[in-house]
Amino acid sequence: MELKGDGSEAQFSSPSIQQEVCIQIVRGVSMAQPEKIISTAADYRVNVKKRKTLITPKSAPYFFIGPSLILIIIFTIYPVLSSFILSFQEVRGAEKTFVGFANYTRLFHDPVFYKSLSNTFQILIVQVPIMLFISLLIAVGLHSSLVRFKAFFRIAYFMPAITALVAASMVFMILLDEHFGLVNYLLSLIGLEPIHWLTSPFWAKVSVIVVMTWRWTGYNMVIFLAGLQAIPKELYEAASIDGASKIKQFFLITIPQLKPVFIFTVVMSTIGTLQLFDEPFILTQGGPNSATMTITLYLYETGFKYFEFGYASAIAYVLVIIIAVISWIQMKWVGDLEE
Amino acid sequence: MRSSKISSKIWIYVLLLVGVVISIAPFYWMIVGSTLKSGEIFHIPPKILPGDHLAENFKSFNDSLGIVKIFWNSLFIAVVFTVLSTLICSMAGYAFAKFRFRGRNLIFFVILCSLMIPYQVTLIPLFEMMVSFNWLNTYQAIILPSLASPFAIYLMRQNMKAVPDSLIEASRVDGAGELRIFFTVILPVVRPALAAVSIFLFMSQWNSLIWPLITLNSKEMFTLPVALSSLIGMARIDYGQVMLGTALSTIPIMIIFLLMQKHFISGILGGSVKE
Repeated sequence: MELKGDGSEAQFSSPSIQQEVCIQIVRGVSMAQPEKIISTAADYRVNVKKRKTLITPKSAPYFFIGPSLILIIIFTIYPVLSSFILSFQEVRGAEKTFVGFANYTRLFHDPVFYKSLSNTFQILIVQVPIMLFISLLIAVGLHSSLVRFKAFFRIAYFMPAITALVAASMVFMILLDEHFGLVNYLLSLIGLEPIHWLTSPFWAKVSVIVVMTWRWTGYNMVIFLAGLQAIPKELYEAASIDGASKIKQFFLITIPQLKPVFIFTVVMSTIGTLQLFDEPFILTQGGPNSATMTITLYLYETGFKYFEFGYASAIAYVLVIIIAVISWIQMKWVGDLEE
Repeated sequence: MRSSKISSKIWIYVLLLVGVVISIAPFYWMIVGSTLKSGEIFHIPPKILPGDHLAENFKSFNDSLGIVKIFWNSLFIAVVFTVLSTLICSMAGYAFAKFRFRGRNLIFFVILCSLMIPYQVTLIPLFEMMVSFNWLNTYQAIILPSLASPFAIYLMRQNMKAVPDSLIEASRVDGAGELRIFFTVILPVVRPALAAVSIFLFMSQWNSLIWPLITLNSKEMFTLPVALSSLIGMARIDYGQVMLGTALSTIPIMIIFLLMQKHFISGILGGSVKE
């Protein structure tokens, strides 16, 4: 009895330790040397206590969060602050001199920067609506009760979203080749002139948009599909009983119910497009004549081709501000609609 | 009425199948292209059946860039990164989900902020840091900076919140240590989330271009995306190698995708879709 009390006090760290003690007791050691058993139990207690002092429920959260926090401070917080300071400096080799707002004033007079800004926005305004429209269309089609083999379609449409942007861009670079590409060959079959996909400023932007749309449509489609599946069926049943047509149901039930999903895809696609890099880097290297130069590509070239760290940091900070402002507007616009 | 329903059904299928062809064809072509000679890839009319040049493409790719080493670099970096990142991010997620401690809200706010900051801002100071650590052309330069993924931390926090507190309390009463609770009680419960998060992390590392492009400049250290982009810069582009490279970078991910597409989709969508 006494032993049992002692045991529970010690808070054995696992049933197996309890078993071990029990086995010793059963073996009959207990009757002969009760002190020894008590001391064994005490040893366990000490051991358990010792282990507990290392990571207690009080200190545990700091232990769990420590590695992430340290890494984030070193590799995110510090660079963000350092980049801010850099954007007011000129860097020549190891030498850094403060130049005030010089980098920013230079930026506002830099035609290439304006070009990259306008390219990025042109691509954004054309690509995001087209892509989301196609995604929604496919999602509605797949959601329809008429369609079977939904799992197959879902996998097939999602496939592009698993490829590296680099790989996707390279394949399209070959497909869109002006003279020997498959796409121009197919166009020639229906009697169309070859298109200068990668060498004319206009079509180069279109090519970037094509690759982005191929890569991301299925991704957004799956998000829409999940959104559609989450709409309660009772809403449609009630509407049918009231005599609302399928088309009316789509605009009065489906679209409003999908709004949160819509917001999510719009905001995510916008942020992604503002950071566009891989596709123009591979497809056109920003050309022809800077027609596909994007903000991030320009930042990369300034920073790592010409090693103008101060100027590149200023570009990065302008990008941060643009993304923050646009996300804020989109959120606010949505918030106003909500009221 | 009936015939119109059938015809609309046919139309839906036709349109959906056209979309499927557009989605899938580049993959098929990628694989066919890797078996063709550079010249054959631009053949008119296009070759749609595999050729016999796969071994030659492999050999010339290996001679010019060392494809075996490059594939190994990509795999090693992505696997080590995924394991470590999943571990520390789920640890942090657990702390946020199941503990109340001083500074919790502040630290969580910091992590949410770093989730929203575009990575471009960190590139230049990180590059300077790598130079000063003498870490250019090393694995750790690629692995360490993105190891603590705010996104993964957030996702793990959301998932661990759903684990009942009573489970943890019961283990504590049984005398289990905190580490033991985490590894033997919590992690097994959130296995689907772990799968999703690690797929997300693996994909993002395997496919990432800009940071490896900046930090790796010796051929032996290239990852697949960097090696591919370096092929473009060459005076004479060998398209057979290009196609083989794209296929090599896509096939491993494709296999994982086809084997576990459910986790995969929720992983890539970053938990925005609950299934």
